[in-house]
Amino acid sequence: MRDIFVLAEHRKGEIRDITFEMLSKGWELAEQAGGTLTAVLLGHNVDEHASKLAEYAKKVLVVDNPLLENFNAELYQQALAHIIKEHKPTLLMMGHTGFGMDLAPALAVQLGLPLATDCIDLCLDGGRLLVTRQMYGGKVNVEAAVRVAETYLVTVRSASFEAKEGVSAGGEIVHVDVPIQEVDYKRFVQYVEPPKGEVDITAADIIVSVGRGIREEKNLPLIEELAKALGGVVACSRPIVDKGWLPKDRQVGSSGKTVRPKLYIAIGISGAFQHVLGMKDSEMIIAINKDPKAPIFSVADYGVVDDLFKVVPELTKKIQEAKGG
Amino acid sequence: MDIIVCVKHVPDTTEAEVVIREDQRGIKTEDLPYVINEWDEYAIEEAILMKERLGGTVVAVTVGPEEAEATLRRCLAKGADWAMRIWDEGLEEADGFAIAKVLHAAIKDMKYDLILTGTQAGDDGYAVVGVALAELLGIPHAALVKKIELKDGSAVVHRELEGGLEEVVEVRLPAVFTIQTGINEPRYVSIMGIKRARKKELRVVSLSDLGLTVDEVLQSSWLTIKRMYVPPPKKQAVIIQGSPADVAAQIVEILKSKGLM
Ligand SMILES: Cc1cc2nc3c(=O)[nH]c(=O)nc-3n(C[C@H](O)[C@H](O)[C@H](O)COP(=O)(O)OP(=O)(O)OC[C@H]3O[C@@H](n4cnc5c(N)ncnc54)[C@H](O)[C@@H]3O)c2cc1C
Ligand SMILES: Nc1ncnc2c1ncn2[C@@H]1O[C@H](COP(=O)(O)O)[C@@H](O)[C@H]1O
Repeated sequence: MRDIFVLAEHRKGEIRDITFEMLSKGWELAEQAGGTLTAVLLGHNVDEHASKLAEYAKKVLVVDNPLLENFNAELYQQALAHIIKEHKPTLLMMGHTGFGMDLAPALAVQLGLPLATDCIDLCLDGGRLLVTRQMYGGKVNVEAAVRVAETYLVTVRSASFEAKEGVSAGGEIVHVDVPIQEVDYKRFVQYVEPPKGEVDITAADIIVSVGRGIREEKNLPLIEELAKALGGVVACSRPIVDKGWLPKDRQVGSSGKTVRPKLYIAIGISGAFQHVLGMKDSEMIIAINKDPKAPIFSVADYGVVDDLFKVVPELTKKIQEAKGG
Repeated sequence: MDIIVCVKHVPDTTEAEVVIREDQRGIKTEDLPYVINEWDEYAIEEAILMKERLGGTVVAVTVGPEEAEATLRRCLAKGADWAMRIWDEGLEEADGFAIAKVLHAAIKDMKYDLILTGTQAGDDGYAVVGVALAELLGIPHAALVKKIELKDGSAVVHRELEGGLEEVVEVRLPAVFTIQTGINEPRYVSIMGIKRARKKELRVVSLSDLGLTVDEVLQSSWLTIKRMYVPPPKKQAVIIQGSPADVAAQIVEILKSKGLM
């Protein structure tokens, strides 16, 4: 049994949550298999990150290079290819994130190693890797065997594993120098922050959120009236923003906002994990969806399996009555 | 600009009940409606917009059975110049990497400045094919692209990261971009478009035409599906039953009891 490696994901000076989720899982896998857990940290001036990661892993491999200051899939790929060839870990985990999706498939092809993406669980069984992932928008779980290889590459879905407190691993911090060649075919330009909108949905106590089930833009007033009756704000799933029906600052989910209101009503939203990531910690969730198998019902506290066009007007009316009387 | 767009014909399961096959290695697809993969709808639109601005050609390519021609025809009707479908029995088992290898064999000798794919397929959700294809072709890529500005010989693209943050990168062409939804407003298919599409070429190619065999394609697969099952709910919502009016009244009671009204 050799090492389990976790690629630390950090951006603009912060280690991202997915890193700690993977380290928790990595620790567990390493214990089960009798190996050790190593965090791989690529960046520039990242000593603070290294010390933090040392609480979670037995070893922190640091490549400190000005070229790695910002994520660049090409340069990260070079560094990781080098590290994998040198250390031959059993498994390298990275996030199924904007970084991981840009990097992992290219790395796997370059090294001729198998990759399992968007995993929600994984288990090493002897020399084999079994993964669990989802298909069909979360309606089906799939157990898959990964082609046997010296090193397995995996990208992990956010929030699949609980990020546990550091185990005070007292990890050894090892600086390694790997040759990285600047490339002229891909260049980082800048980050662009999302525009600040008029309404801050993250500050709202009550959110009425609408998804593709609303069918047409002209039906949106139905949702606005319910939100108004409840004294809440309107938010939405991604397709509503993609279509331009509501502004980006109303989008809940991994590529939008994370909200934790007292009440979140999800209307005509299927519950894709990218949406759920942004609202699962709401205090109370009510879902209205005509499909009884919609994944949203496994995160909601209360569900209504019916046509939103019948239920929502009734609900608005009843709330108005209750508030009026 | 000569642009190749990779498109996938996928079952639309958002509102349908998904039934797992007896062998537990797939789902029953007979009764499901099939559509163009949502992300690919944006990719083909982006390609056609570029062609309308700059001239050139747009080719739509799919790896899929005969039914997948519906998706290619849709692309032709929207304005693609010609289309290619690659298939062989046995490719049902192909994973993302295997598909990338097939596409690579088909595309490597074609003329292109740009290749567009979707960020992910709505059915398998691998988010693998585009980036793997770029690496096989030995050209640069950017995943999760939400905006493309073409310059001379390169493109400045916005990649979408978490929380709405965007990363701007400049990439030399030819390159592969995996397109994220919302990059444009996909057009509707017009009657005229459908008529014109009938006259366009839809080339059907087998693996042997590409110098490949099913075995060698599948051998390199990364994943083998062992078992599919309906995910056990982490938590099951309390389902409120009754007529819409009853349901509404019960919700009002719940909200009142929790101090939310
Ligand atoms: C990298 C990446 C990032 C993403 N980020 C986000 C994000 O931040 N936020 C986000 O939301 N998504 C995000 N997505 C998209 C996500 O995968 C889903 O595609 C999206 O959440 C689906 O939105 P939806 O539930 O509104 O639509 P659908 O999945 O189409 O669901 C519509 C639902 O409405 C129901 N319905 C239809 N008609 C009715 C009716 N009359 N009455 C009641 N119910 C009805 C249907 O049963 C269905 O469940 C992201 C995807 C990727 C790849
Ligand atoms: N069978 C296929 N034929 C053509 N293109 C495909 C196929 N499968 C996937 N793709 C392309 O690759 C993208 C990502 O798919 P995936 O990696 O399967 O999530 C899709 O949006 C398509 O552009």
